[in-house]
Amino acid sequence: MSDARTDIFARIREALKVKAPKPHLKAETSSPNTSVAAKPWLPDGGETAEDSLLILAEQLAKLKAVLIRVPDHASAAKAFAELATTKSWKKVAYHGHELTRPLAATLTCEAWEADASFDKQKLEGSDAGLTTCESIVAQLGSILVSSRSSGGRALSVLPHVHVVIAEASQVVPDLGAALALVKARHGTDMPSMLSFITGPSRTGDIERILVLGAHGPKELFLILVG
Amino acid sequence: MDNSKAIFLKEATVNAADGVQRAFISKALGGYYTNRDLQKARYRDWERARDAASMAKWSAVNDLANVLEKFVKNFERNGGVVHWARDAAEARDIILKIAEDAKAKAIVKSKCMTSEEIHLNDALEKAGFGVVESDLGEFIQQLRGEAPYHFVFPCMHVKREAISELFTKHLGTAPTDSPEELTMIARRHLRQLYVDADIGITGANFLVAETGQISITENEGNARLTAALPRIHIALSGIEKVVNELDDLSVLLPMLATAGAGQPMTCYNTLYSGPRKKGECDGPEEFHIVLLDNARTRLLADPEQRDALHCIRCGACLNVCPIFKNIGGLAYGTTYQGPIGSVITPHLRGLKQWNHLSGASSLCGACTDACPVRIDLHHHLLHNRRNAAKESPTLFDRVFHNGFNFVIKRPWLFAAGGRIFRASLPLLQKLPLPYMGAWMKTRDLPKAPTQSFREQWKHDHV
Ligand code: SF4
Repeated sequence: MSDARTDIFARIREALKVKAPKPHLKAETSSPNTSVAAKPWLPDGGETAEDSLLILAEQLAKLKAVLIRVPDHASAAKAFAELATTKSWKKVAYHGHELTRPLAATLTCEAWEADASFDKQKLEGSDAGLTTCESIVAQLGSILVSSRSSGGRALSVLPHVHVVIAEASQVVPDLGAALALVKARHGTDMPSMLSFITGPSRTGDIERILVLGAHGPKELFLILVG
Repeated sequence: MDNSKAIFLKEATVNAADGVQRAFISKALGGYYTNRDLQKARYRDWERARDAASMAKWSAVNDLANVLEKFVKNFERNGGVVHWARDAAEARDIILKIAEDAKAKAIVKSKCMTSEEIHLNDALEKAGFGVVESDLGEFIQQLRGEAPYHFVFPCMHVKREAISELFTKHLGTAPTDSPEELTMIARRHLRQLYVDADIGITGANFLVAETGQISITENEGNARLTAALPRIHIALSGIEKVVNELDDLSVLLPMLATAGAGQPMTCYNTLYSGPRKKGECDGPEEFHIVLLDNARTRLLADPEQRDALHCIRCGACLNVCPIFKNIGGLAYGTTYQGPIGSVITPHLRGLKQWNHLSGASSLCGACTDACPVRIDLHHHLLHNRRNAAKESPTLFDRVFHNGFNFVIKRPWLFAAGGRIFRASLPLLQKLPLPYMGAWMKTRDLPKAPTQSFREQWKHDHV
């Protein structure tokens, strides 16, 4: 008896002997190609960096994510410390990185570097997780984190609050640009997880009524420097 | 009458008459229509975007052997293990074997319709493995012991009071009528389970051939946790989920969210390539993917309906379907409800037993208009009706079609028949006609004209 793989490929090759017609496309002009970088038919991500920042701010507000714009790293640390006080966090987990360490250092509560001494039970009991990100997509208000930029897989999703620290130069106009950047940066050695986070965790499963914080963070803050 | 058809007719009749439940479903979908339109308006050209999305899927599905091969090669290079399953039983056996080898004590699952298709939970439970659904809607349906009502919104038909009662009964929590509080009960209950589970099972929305990554779309964060904390991650996916390039996702991910749920983007869209890598602090040690055929190649072999394999399971066609809204998701008795379910189920499970679903359509075409990848849904329902009439015609099909054939070839007979029909129309109104009962109950026949159409035409034009 042949194995399942061989059988399935044989079935596929047999099935595809008859060609299927192309889909009925609506566009009058030449055939649309997903590899056209600009994709001028998707939602706008902004032509200039300034446009993109405006669109990003609007998207994040609609998603109920909080954008905190600060001029420099010192003010970022100050903003983060204030957040910790207002929310009375007791334990904060952070990804070890030059952007995060100065922020963690200002905290008066317990702060631990999650990727240096990973402990899932301790992470579950942490009030907030602080990470960096790969890029930020203005078009959709998405923040791209990876297992490399954000202290593994769980840090950006298990604690009740997620705070991202990033520089304004990390904002890209659209999803296509973010994916191209990922390929350019990591090539064939991708982080084992890459996740586009678009607002705090949510569900509408009960009567289609929106509730934030289904399993992931209830609150999402983006501290953007510059 | 076949069992599936009998159940369908019974459920459909009861549900369509339940005005209260129908109003509840309409209200639940109300917010979706508003949000979907708001998000669609942000697209500079939604129709062009649909073109691009359908071409992305068309090119992958029509080159499936090569694209799959490329995906598998890259997936393995990333350190994942690939398993192949011809049918549901093989897929169940593969997953059971992994669970047995791992001596798993607790299994946590995130939403995966393919696992419903192969009845995975039953098999795991029979073999003695505890398995918990972590998606809120699936968790509720698991406690209710009921199949999902809608493959994107599994418990949209359940009222909050019923959920509160369910939680009181199974989790011992105090009753509440707040959706927020109910969500928090489930959140608190499930968090420790992710930490304790040995195996996490997920589905996959897209398999990216170029990079060997799988893409998972979700709102709650439960799939993220399921793929982060347990020691083993198993993904179960149909073979048709492949796309060629990573960049295809820049079109498909936003469109999936907008068409299906009225969102700019689903909350978490995550790409996984392999188990934990060197230098990473968490993530599973093993990453398996089970690639399932289960009659998908049968659909692939039908070039006319091959595009049904382009489906990205957004659920838009259900949300706009007048039949779905009136009879509800459970009446279908299928894993995939609504128009797409009515199209593919006869292919996956047999046309003879499931052809009645081809009639579960008003042919309004709302589904075809809503589909982000341009699947010709309502025409496929007609194709299935035609195929069924060819494959195993009913007595009615035979008598009617042969009779029609006979009459239409004989103009004198046709004219005579018309005259008799016009004369007897008032009488027909009062007769209990076979096949027409349900229609006639609420409708009057029109007054018969004195002349046939041909006679009127001749009179006016010659
Ligand atoms: S058939 Fe189209 S509209 Fe229906 S679920 Fe699939 S992709 Fe969505």
